[in-house]
Amino acid sequence: MPITLPFRPRRESYPPDMWTQCPGCNEMLFNKHLDKAMRVCTSCGHHFRVSAPARLAQLLDSGSFRERDAGLVSRDPLGFVDSKPYPDRIVAAQTATGRRDAALWGFGLLAGRRIAICALDFGFMGGSMGSVVGEKVTRAAEAALAEGIPLVIVSASGGARMQEGTLALMQLVKTIAALEALRAAGLPFISVLADPTTGGVFASFAALGDVNVAEPNALIGFAGARVSAGTIAEELPPGFQRAEFLFAHGFVDRIATRADLRDELTAILDVLAPPPVAADAVPGSVRRG
Amino acid sequence: MVDRLRGRTKEPVTAAPAQEPASPRDAVWARVLLARNARRPHALELIAGIADRFTELHGDRLFGDDGAIVGGLGRIDGRRVVIVGHQKGSDTDENIRRNFGMGKPEGFRKAIRLFELADRFGIPVVTLVDTPGAYPGAEAEERGVAEAIARSIMVMCRIRVPIVTVITGEGGSGGALAIAAGDVVIALENAVYAVISPEGCASILWRTSEKAPDAALAMRMSAADQLALGVIDQIVPEPGEGAHADPAETARRLRAVIVEQLDRLAALPPDELMAARMRRYRDFGAFDDLGGPEIPEAAERQGLGDRLRRALEPMGTRIGNFGAREGRDEPPAREEV
Repeated sequence: MPITLPFRPRRESYPPDMWTQCPGCNEMLFNKHLDKAMRVCTSCGHHFRVSAPARLAQLLDSGSFRERDAGLVSRDPLGFVDSKPYPDRIVAAQTATGRRDAALWGFGLLAGRRIAICALDFGFMGGSMGSVVGEKVTRAAEAALAEGIPLVIVSASGGARMQEGTLALMQLVKTIAALEALRAAGLPFISVLADPTTGGVFASFAALGDVNVAEPNALIGFAGARVSAGTIAEELPPGFQRAEFLFAHGFVDRIATRADLRDELTAILDVLAPPPVAADAVPGSVRRG
Repeated sequence: MVDRLRGRTKEPVTAAPAQEPASPRDAVWARVLLARNARRPHALELIAGIADRFTELHGDRLFGDDGAIVGGLGRIDGRRVVIVGHQKGSDTDENIRRNFGMGKPEGFRKAIRLFELADRFGIPVVTLVDTPGAYPGAEAEERGVAEAIARSIMVMCRIRVPIVTVITGEGGSGGALAIAAGDVVIALENAVYAVISPEGCASILWRTSEKAPDAALAMRMSAADQLALGVIDQIVPEPGEGAHADPAETARRLRAVIVEQLDRLAALPPDELMAARMRRYRDFGAFDDLGGPEIPEAAERQGLGDRLRRALEPMGTRIGNFGAREGRDEPPAREEV
């Protein structure tokens, strides 16, 4: 245990130093300013990754989020061991993030409209989808169906969690089946694709939004670029698997900056979703980017 | 990888699993090699043995025809079926034409088209799964391979006709699952099924693809292990040294099981069939509910300074502290499927 001075911020509360270098423009950014700007570089617009709780705080009406099923925790169905056992990896990720797994879901208000929302956290084992993430996405969709409200899922994930083997693969079907029920009931599902959304998460719920909205320059793809480039001796096109690449090929509807995302979602749901109870309470919330 | 795949066709026939190799690691790897054996009967050969008659249909009506995924109309012991399967080649030339059984978006969209056709005409579906995975090339990404896979799974969740899936060889990740979301999932004895190729898993978790046999063991790829996990429902024994030893007998055994399952599923009213399918996939997952809220923040017991700072920090709401725990913007190596 390192000795910490009482007035020096702890590692868990703040990054170890006060400054972050932007990988986009190499500018040194003061962390407090970066947080105020939703962790978007004020000089070049680079979108840093954000944790799931921070994402929900940015998107939802202040203080409106009510988390569900926070107690879900993965078992180790395969007894998986690589360089260390899977349960040790989970514990390490839990200690690092303070969360039990890579997703959180619950209810919240988006400009006064009640929605079911689920956000993935890349900081927890690469946001990978095992039993818990699959279950939370599924429960969010089922809750949206039960209440007749829209569903929003914010993805940030490397894909299925290898340590849970085919049970992780089966989460693709489980989540898609829940979305199919939502689709049949005529309820909207908006998929927000943040950096990165790849593998089995992109090849399941994240690709299937009634509307797909991506963050600028987010890495979105099926196979890892390393796999694509390494195994198929092919030159990769510039901007391969970036949000703009997917936009150009017709797989995302919109690319929205983090500052605009909340308004974009509001405008989309304003048309797709049945009116919220308190529709009159939120005038002038529509804006187009 | 093409070289490696080409190399596969020259691999000698592996020893029969009848005389079990010494370690479980070698045993599962022997099965992986058997599942990949170039002489193993592939979809069209099996279909010729299973179906009375088969008319192959081509094209996704959007872009082209994928040689790696075949499908069409047929009859099995008099019963109408739509059959869809991955098609590997049995020599290098055919493998190049068939892209080693790695589906491209147009292949999955052809499958979608055939599933919807089956639904419209009330015909049961049989799928034969044997692929290293979906094609990971740039053109596949450009045409939205992930969307095609996801959509194919969604259509399998929607169609109100029985679906019988057989894993005949390699069940490789999303590219396999795209046509494998059946009401019942059968596997040949030496088939394997995994979330990622053992080479891919090893190169991510062990940092070298040479550890693929360890990854295969850790992921419990064998049909027997998958049966224990409930991912597959039934195993069909292979003749002799494996399916390649007697393809006709393999097809005969599969045919009997497929007919039995088709009849069982056809007897269910559509609502029950759909409910059972949804239940089958809804129940996958191994987790506990510890209840209560998040892990208490005991790990970061606050000192006086922290507490003072927190009290003075205007943004420190329960979920709103943007700054918390976001030091690393380039987190650990990606996990991939």
